[in-house]
Amino acid sequence: MSKEYKGKTLSEILRMEQARNFLGKGMREDGRELTQYRPIDIKIGTIEKAFGSATVYLGDTIVVTGVNFEIGTPFTDSPDSAILLVEGEILPTASFEAEAGPPDEYEIEMSRVVDRSLRESGIIDFKKYVIVPGEAVLKIFVDFNILNDDGNIIDAAVIGAVAALATAEMPDLDYIRENLENVNNNNIKEVPRKPFQIEEVPIANTIAMYGDKMFVDPTASEEEVADALITYTHLSTGEICSIQLLKGSLSYEDVFKALDLAYEKSVEIRNILRERGIISG
Amino acid sequence: MSKEEFIRVDGRKPDELRKYSINAGILKNADGSAEIRLGKNWIVVGVYGPKEHFPKFEALQDRAIINCRYHMAPYSTTERKSPKPSRREIELSKVIRTALEQAVILEKFPEMSIDIFIEVLQAEGSTRVASITAASVALAEAGIPLRDMVVGCSAGKVSGKIVVDVGEEEDKEGEADLPIAIMPNLKRVVLLQMDGKLTHEEFKEAFEKALAGALELYEEQKRALKGLIEKMSEIPSEGDGNEQGV
Repeated sequence: MSKEYKGKTLSEILRMEQARNFLGKGMREDGRELTQYRPIDIKIGTIEKAFGSATVYLGDTIVVTGVNFEIGTPFTDSPDSAILLVEGEILPTASFEAEAGPPDEYEIEMSRVVDRSLRESGIIDFKKYVIVPGEAVLKIFVDFNILNDDGNIIDAAVIGAVAALATAEMPDLDYIRENLENVNNNNIKEVPRKPFQIEEVPIANTIAMYGDKMFVDPTASEEEVADALITYTHLSTGEICSIQLLKGSLSYEDVFKALDLAYEKSVEIRNILRERGIISG
Repeated sequence: MSKEEFIRVDGRKPDELRKYSINAGILKNADGSAEIRLGKNWIVVGVYGPKEHFPKFEALQDRAIINCRYHMAPYSTTERKSPKPSRREIELSKVIRTALEQAVILEKFPEMSIDIFIEVLQAEGSTRVASITAASVALAEAGIPLRDMVVGCSAGKVSGKIVVDVGEEEDKEGEADLPIAIMPNLKRVVLLQMDGKLTHEEFKEAFEKALAGALELYEEQKRALKGLIEKMSEIPSEGDGNEQGV
């Protein structure tokens, strides 16, 4: 048994064969264009207990994201800076191969790429969320879970994180400062809230290669058969804030071709977020 | 101010690599080994295999499996690092493995595995690309068939300038870091990461600088392996056999 078929169900093997047949002809198994995303549906506030949340449906891929805030002690090397913690997991419900238990290297990579996409983008002004300089800062948790994995989970997770942060309500820091004695992480959800403000919107776009065919938004079976996968995260300014070659190799020229395609698609997704009223501007 | 006048924190020019050297065959017990020194970076790589994969049911019938561990010693950093593998080390082990997998002709060794152990003994920035550069030499020294060498280098943006081979201080203060690894003859990129902020033009400039740096280090890889071949082909003259291995 070859590496790619090992541990796969017959239906997965058939889907991979199908993906190969279609991509070889420059087509998609679901009838999409090579540079076309699947339908994106974003539901806001799906987890009422969190300070912010979003559920993203990208084709059959489902990502749930929750944002939480706590009061934390700043790191000694950055006493006047809020703390961001991003963690993602692929739940055992996500696919035949997904397993419960500690995250494997692919999950850690996914999580860290989403983390860098957010952290480096300037989506959060870390200086803004200091409660008492050097002593107490806002600790921002972005936790996301893949409920169903039909590929391209990084793109979906970044959309989910942006949507959850953009629509989150945070505890009023002035109130916390005035009631420092009484407010702690056990009752922080009872503190009066204010809208959380984001400063920038990063959009991640994964580009896949099959032979000389370049395509976007790969499904799980397309990812399996792809020769290369690379994710670029763009800002509203057109700058890049994160790149990760996830799989395979690329020619020097394709690095730049894929970059241009990723930028083009980031503009498209940014417009979708705007049209749905999730981000402004 | 012209580009040439820009001097970096450690006195280097934008296009200048830190001092480097690569040596192959430094570990007697390993099937292949190498060390790289790049600035204060000191990284040792040991390769074991190809050997029968264990457990057997995980072996692949059509190719070898590469196990790769990137590990930083507790004393390698300014602040002591826990010897327990961090999430960063797990991610780097994965990206280094996939980079090297592009070059190793895995189909030659079905049912087998190849272990690559990367030990960062002293870290001073750009350790992942230095690790790949050394690991590739260790694989070649082990006699494992390769499509091409793999060689890595980083570039970054520091104080608004694009520079090659980002050092530790520059990485901390800098605006962006771009590690790459390539197969220099096949002209393919096998590792590419970036974090920070770069325009498309700056990315292109950084990519080209990292590429040029990698090609310079590729010459050092060849020198390290050539030295080894020369050492191997030295025929010991009669009478001095006892001195061998002293």
